[in-house]
Amino acid sequence: MADAITADTAPARASARPAGSGDLRLRLRQNAGLLGAVALFVLFYGLYNLYHPRGFSTQVLIQNANEILTLSLLAMAQTVPVLLGGLDLSVGAVMTLVNCLASHLVAGSPAQIALGIAACLGAGAAFGFVNGCIVVYGRIQPIIATLASGAIAMGLALFLRPKPGGKIDADLSWAMTNALSDFAETYGLFEDGKAAWFQPVAWIPVPLLVLSAFALLVWVPFRRTLTGRTIYAIGSAEGAAYMSGLPIARAKLAAFTLAGFFAGAGGLFLAIQTSTGNADIPQASTYTLNSIAAVVIGGTSLLGGTGGAIASVVGALVLRAISFNFRIFDVPPLLQPLVEGLVLLAAVSLGALRALRAKNRLELFR
Amino acid sequence: MNALTVQIRPDTKPILIAAGFILVILGVGTIYTLATQGAATLLSPAYLIQQLQTGAFLGLVAAGMMLVILIGHIDLSVAWTLTAAAMTATAVGGPWAIPAGLGVGLAVGLLNGIGVAYLRVPSMIFTLGVNAVLRGLMVAQTGGFAPQTAATDAMRFIGAERVSGVPVALVVWVAVSLAIGVILTRTAFGRSLYAIGNREAAAYLSGIPTRRVTCLAFVLCSLFAALAGVMLAGYSTKAFQGMGDAYVLPAIAAVVIGGTHILGGRGRYMGTVVGVILIVLLNSVLSIMQMPEAGRQVIYGGVIIVMLLVYGRGERATS
Repeated sequence: MADAITADTAPARASARPAGSGDLRLRLRQNAGLLGAVALFVLFYGLYNLYHPRGFSTQVLIQNANEILTLSLLAMAQTVPVLLGGLDLSVGAVMTLVNCLASHLVAGSPAQIALGIAACLGAGAAFGFVNGCIVVYGRIQPIIATLASGAIAMGLALFLRPKPGGKIDADLSWAMTNALSDFAETYGLFEDGKAAWFQPVAWIPVPLLVLSAFALLVWVPFRRTLTGRTIYAIGSAEGAAYMSGLPIARAKLAAFTLAGFFAGAGGLFLAIQTSTGNADIPQASTYTLNSIAAVVIGGTSLLGGTGGAIASVVGALVLRAISFNFRIFDVPPLLQPLVEGLVLLAAVSLGALRALRAKNRLELFR
Repeated sequence: MNALTVQIRPDTKPILIAAGFILVILGVGTIYTLATQGAATLLSPAYLIQQLQTGAFLGLVAAGMMLVILIGHIDLSVAWTLTAAAMTATAVGGPWAIPAGLGVGLAVGLLNGIGVAYLRVPSMIFTLGVNAVLRGLMVAQTGGFAPQTAATDAMRFIGAERVSGVPVALVVWVAVSLAIGVILTRTAFGRSLYAIGNREAAAYLSGIPTRRVTCLAFVLCSLFAALAGVMLAGYSTKAFQGMGDAYVLPAIAAVVIGGTHILGGRGRYMGTVVGVILIVLLNSVLSIMQMPEAGRQVIYGGVIIVMLLVYGRGERATS
């Protein structure tokens, strides 16, 4: 996120300073939100592991990796439209739709499973592309367009799974939700995971690898393309981006398609973890709202133009790490929603410090 | 033809189209009931008044939501504001039940207003947080179950009773609607809402107390949501968990279908009323036609998109 275009006044001020320490300070300031989120995560997750009877162990890490995967993918999904200055209220519904689709498709012979996985990811991306078309060619505001298309996705999910059910290939479920050694053992790779060179990495939970793959192989290369940088430009000033000849329509279509793709991936892994498809409306809206919260905690501005998907993953980690602690510190279940709410409110209000620091109130309007 | 189209103001067009769509819904529903039951149930006054009574709760929530949307914000906390007001009202009981419920609305509105107007946290995320806190408070207070306390007689009266055939809830909705209509078109506060929604910096520079107006809009929004909660508790004789969840998105949809711009600054109150009636009738006709939940969701989303494609299209940024 260091090279993200910021709407802040920071770049102008920094250019007057000599390079070196000023550069570092600029980067710190640009990433203040992300650094805060990382600090919160280290604090909460550290506490959790310190007081956990089996803290800092592989089993705990594997369990947590499974718990964070879906929300992290949805947070990445939400980030892309938010960078445009938009919002995607359909991510939870697309996740549910793909979850139900996967419960029909991801089973059978290896070829069928592979095709099913591809179909699930493709379905998510296709739904996101339709969202993009409604926004770009229908010229409807993203928030309301995705509110409506989210209802449609939910309806389709209910068609696919009127009642929870279906099944996912059991080997795949086991392999994807455990350590890398279990993955290798399930599929007979690397001498059933016992090869000597394999041991140093054998403990890594597969969900973490999946998450890193989506972040590093999809998001990072995408952000460096012209289309990716155009998304940041649109979020900062759409008119200026248009006048500079940037491909506005292509960037918006790509942003929503990518959001659908990540949300679909979230749904696919939810299905792999739970082995069922479930068209649960409250669950879908909870995931949508938590994805927005994760984006904000990660330091991405809801106005668009600053931030990034990896920061949002950290935001999702913070949200999840907070609820991990409830298990350790015996917070009464009845108080948990209250504590969660207060932490969320406090975290988003930290951004308010900017408003209190402003010398001129006109700086605050946009 | 030209002379006729010129006379229709641009913000009236959505209202006319939405009203036309209401007639389409009624027509389709009537054909269905004529074919299956041999009677035009949908056109009977009893049915229509029943729908308007149901619509009154959504109408109140949407009325408050419109004020907030007009200034370019959104209030996602109405779900649990409504529920918290209803639970507080039934818990307090006696003559103070309704004031206590409305007091909850006032407090939540002030909190939202201070967060959004003075701390300048984006409304979408701040109200989301407030919603989570309210939910937490209510879960902690009630133990996660529906409270055992019942609605008072006064709440029953404004929520469910009828005076010479007219539901009191409908009367309350009409009264609130008239008041908002006057406020939006005839008062400085109302015009300030439009000004802030169009360009906050310009409104501020022209001397409008933008923070106070924003705060007041959120207070009114929460107050109407609380009023709807108190009346809904009266209608169903008690308060229960999640009673407000079904009102947030339909309220936003009603406001937008009525032609109010989701980014603020444009829209007429009449449109919101028409939008509420459209959504309530659509839901009712679909359930009469025994449409499964899946089909309802798809039609619901499709209607919003199609209506907006007809008249809600924005302009491309070209400079």
